[in-house]
Amino acid sequence: MKLIIAIIKPFKLDPVREALSDIGVQGLTVTEVKGYGRQKGHTEVYRGAEYSVNMVPKLKLEIVVADDLAPRVVETISAAAATGSIGDGKIFTLDVGGAVRIRTGETNRTAL
Amino acid sequence: MKPTLGWAGRALAFGAPLLFSLPAFAQDAEPVLDTGDTAWMIVATVLVMAMIVPGLALFYGGLVRTKNMLSVLTQVTAVASLAMLMWVIFGYSMAFGDGGGAFMASFNKAFMAGITSDSLSGTIPEFVFVAFQMTFSAITAALVIGGIVERAKFSAVLIFVALWLPLVYYPLAHMVWAEGGLIFEWGALDFAGGTVVHINAGVSALVGAIILGKRIGYQKEIMAPHSLTMTLIGTGLLWVGWFGFNAGSALGASGGAGLALINTFVATAAAILFWMLTEKVLGHKPSLLGACSGAIAGLVAITPAAGNSGPMGAILLGVVAGVLCCIFVMTIKPKLGIDESLDAFGIHAVGGIIGSILTAVTMLPALGGPGGDDYVFGAQLIIQVQAVVVAIIWVTVGSAIAFTVAKLVTGLRVSEEVEREGLDLGEHGERAYNY
Repeated sequence: MKLIIAIIKPFKLDPVREALSDIGVQGLTVTEVKGYGRQKGHTEVYRGAEYSVNMVPKLKLEIVVADDLAPRVVETISAAAATGSIGDGKIFTLDVGGAVRIRTGETNRTAL
Repeated sequence: MKPTLGWAGRALAFGAPLLFSLPAFAQDAEPVLDTGDTAWMIVATVLVMAMIVPGLALFYGGLVRTKNMLSVLTQVTAVASLAMLMWVIFGYSMAFGDGGGAFMASFNKAFMAGITSDSLSGTIPEFVFVAFQMTFSAITAALVIGGIVERAKFSAVLIFVALWLPLVYYPLAHMVWAEGGLIFEWGALDFAGGTVVHINAGVSALVGAIILGKRIGYQKEIMAPHSLTMTLIGTGLLWVGWFGFNAGSALGASGGAGLALINTFVATAAAILFWMLTEKVLGHKPSLLGACSGAIAGLVAITPAAGNSGPMGAILLGVVAGVLCCIFVMTIKPKLGIDESLDAFGIHAVGGIIGSILTAVTMLPALGGPGGDDYVFGAQLIIQVQAVVVAIIWVTVGSAIAFTVAKLVTGLRVSEEVEREGLDLGEHGERAYNY
């Protein structure tokens, strides 16, 4: 099993979710996060006082899938979340040691 | 004809020969209660109350950081309450009591002595006049807080206000609005408080900001407003309440009130649009905070001229105030490096000075103003400038004394730890938001 962590632009959530459903992803977890990469934030001006906002709001998606599906998931997110401009985000893939569905007690692949 | 003076001139006329060309008051007739005037003035009084809590509280509260929201709401509410009590105990008497000289009246109406429900002030009950005036002193004191939020101790704020009202506000109200008052006798025009309320509050806020010093992290850390939504709600309440403030200053349901009403609409609208336009010209985006700031700038500028201008003159005032206040706040203030937190000076004092001086212009009949055939522009302009200069000197000295005493008694400023953690928890032990 793989854990795929994707940091994406907030307005790209719906296209990504739809594309993932189409390839058979059952569920995902979304968290609102802030951070910075090469995008470096933006500037806000309040009555003449300029503030550079270094931390940009993003969404973090966490998806656990079977090993064979993982490359497709990465590819799908990558395609659906892209705008071509700076700040589109990043995707990380990690190995997962185990999984349990709490309601039934099923484990690993069947728990996904 | 003498220029139209605001409510003060007329209000003080009760029991004395009535001033100016008011056909309703024949020279020798005893004043009688007018129910229409009374009804309007009670409404106007509570409209001004709505400007303080919730209006000003939300306007200022939205502009500070989340951790200081509750402290601003608490300060505005407490300061207004203190000012109300002080007004009936001795403030009204100092400003509008019988007799008195150039700088204050007397204490003969202290504790509301001699005033009953049958007492009249012009055509309205004197208690209504007392209450209307009371709301002015309360909002002026609360406006000063805008210069010192996010770092002043709550105790210091209360001690400052307790001293500042008798040192600065009551004498200035007497000087500008009461018969016998220094500036009043010059013939200065201040319909609804450009000098007494706005120049006064703005300059006091600046003095406080200088004595208090900058907030930790000023011009280094993010101090963006935590809720411009609330600031807009506050702006709306201030605008609505300002109709009571300006149109109420006619002291009756009259044509003068109608003039002040229309002027309060159009000056504000012009200032909103021209503040945002100025932002654009200065290379920024037209912002909601700019619109809210422009609204206040326009409202402030039209205040002294509300009944002393035609609607086109009011638009002119709004345009000038919108542009100049925006330039001051956006470009001049950052260079000064004074942390006058919420621009009480930049908007109220600058807008008030513009309004007070330009009142001499808007009076011109050529601009649709109410000046009569014998209106002398040059002489009036000099009087207006003189009034502004005297007010600024008086306010600077008086508020410096009040802030200094408050500093000696309380230390004035919260500890660094409290300032970083926020005044909500540090000073009041509660938060504005629990989620």
